[in-house]
This record gives sequence, C-alpha cells and structure tokens, in this order.
Amino acid sequence: MTLQLVLIGAASLFCVGLYGALSQQVVVMVMMGLELMLNGVILAAAAFWWFLAPAPDGQVLLLVVIAAMTVEMAMGFAVAILLHRSRQTDMTEMASDLSG
Amino acid sequence: MPEAVLFVVLAVIAVAAGVAVFRTDSMARASYALAVSFVAVGLMLLQFRLEYIGVITVLMMVMEMAVMAIFMIMFMGMNPALMPMDMVHSKKLSAGAAIGLFLLLTAGILLADWPEGRSNAGGDLTRSLGEAIMEPKMLVMLVISPVLFATMVSALVLANPHGRYSAYPLLPAEDADDDGQGHEQGQPGGSGGHAAHGMHGTDGGSGTSDGHGQHHGGGGHQ
Repeated sequence: MTLQLVLIGAASLFCVGLYGALSQQVVVMVMMGLELMLNGVILAAAAFWWFLAPAPDGQVLLLVVIAAMTVEMAMGFAVAILLHRSRQTDMTEMASDLSG
Repeated sequence: MPEAVLFVVLAVIAVAAGVAVFRTDSMARASYALAVSFVAVGLMLLQFRLEYIGVITVLMMVMEMAVMAIFMIMFMGMNPALMPMDMVHSKKLSAGAAIGLFLLLTAGILLADWPEGRSNAGGDLTRSLGEAIMEPKMLVMLVISPVLFATMVSALVLANPHGRYSAYPLLPAEDADDDGQGHEQGQPGGSGGHAAHGMHGTDGGSGTSDGHGQHHGGGGHQ
C-alpha cells in the first residue's frame, strides 16, 4: 500500500462525487454527491496523515472534515424541507431565483 | 502485501458503490450504496490505525444514510424499488469535468515526488488524539461546538413549519402573480406522476401556495 495508491482511490471518490453534485437535479442527490466528495477528502487526509505526518494534528483535521459533513447534511436537509414545503419540489431548478 | 490487496478491494468497493449512487434507479438504493461506500472508507481508515475516526465514520454514516433514505422516500413519495428515475442535467459537462479533474489529480499524484517508506506512527493513536483535542487543539473543538449548535438552531428554524419562514413562501418570480392554477389536487399535470417533478419544465409554475406556506399540489406524488 503506497501513498499514490490511496490518493488515486481518494481522487476517484472525489470525482465521482463531483459528477453527482454537478449533474443531479434532486437536492438530496446533490447532497449525496457532496458527501462522496468529502468521503474522498477524508481518505486523502488520512493517507497524508499516515504516510507524511503521523501526528495528532492530522486526526484533528479529520474530525473537522467529519464535522463539516455533519453540518452540510443538517443544513441540506433543512433547506430541502423548506423548499419542499414552500414549493412542493425537491429540484434544484426550482430554487434558481438568485441565478443571473 | 495482504494489506495492499485488502485496500484495493475496499477502494474498488467504495468507488463502485459511489458510482452506483448515481446509476441506480432507486433513491433508497442510492442511499444504501452511499452507506456502503462510507463503510468501505471507514474500513480503510482502520487500516491506517485510525480506530476512532474509522468507527465514528462507519457509525455516523450508516445512521445518516438511513435518515437520508427516509427523506428520499418522503420527498419522492414513490415506491423506491420500482420507480425508475433519471433526473440529471448537464450530463456530458459534468462527466467531462469529473473525468478531467480525475486525470489532473492522477497526473499530479503520479508525478509528485512523494517520500518513500511506511508510516512511523506508533503508540496509542486514539489516546494521542484525545490528548490533542483536550490540550493544544482545544480551540478547534471550541470552534466546532458553537458551529454545531448554530447548525441545529438554523436547521430547526428553517424546517419548522410554523417558523419565521412559513409566512413568506418562496414563490418563484414568474409565479408570484399566478392565480394558482395547477396546484389543485388531481390536476392532470400533477396527478400522473410525481407532482414536484411534473412542475419542472414547460408546464411549470404550479408550485404556488395558498399564502400560508401550505400546498395542495403534493397529491400527485406516486
């Protein structure tokens, strides 16, 4: 197991998540794409920690990323509920009021 | 060598499950596939001796995906095992961006001059993490705590049907002067399938409310 191998796996996860976040129309599916991207970030951060700098600081960074995932999910669900209640939809196209 | 084989197997499972999230016809299955991807990554973290991080990743994500599956079924209102779906936009652009970024990242990973050798991490890593967040890295936890609290309050304010946002429904500008056509229950445009998705497109504009944030168009969820 090498750092390159792990990072390529993390890059794969990140890019699959990027595809989902860009292409999906349903808000919850967009959130799934973001989750996959953060999944890749967690794996890459763990690999950097393990191979390059095995100090507790790296583990704290992983905790921060996991907390960010939690915040993203909670706010995403809240916005999805608000959107669904006010517009009876769960599509991103129906929430494009601020688009130029 | 066995470690590398196990890692490759887990990585393939994680990526395949990630791809399945956007390939499956069922939103519930998509949630489960994402949970599988997270479990595989959690097991990979265990390979790095990150027991604490790996276990909380697995536990948190499995529960989160279970909640997400419930949300999916609530929002979509359909039998998640039988209703095919393909709700995407800019498919080629998204795929191109993802593949391009992957090639860029892979090139950088393979061309960079990484240090050789194994990690020299030793001792009780979970204990060292605990000591770090209680001593030199306590500020990080002190910042995360109010952020999580603010998230809980914000989520409740947004999701509360009788909260401050209930009096101001998010009407699209073009629908603001609509007389409400199309949001009756059993409307032809909404009853033939998923009403929310029926609104998307040229027959849109049916996402209006009765002025109190209460809607009647949701009867078309099937």
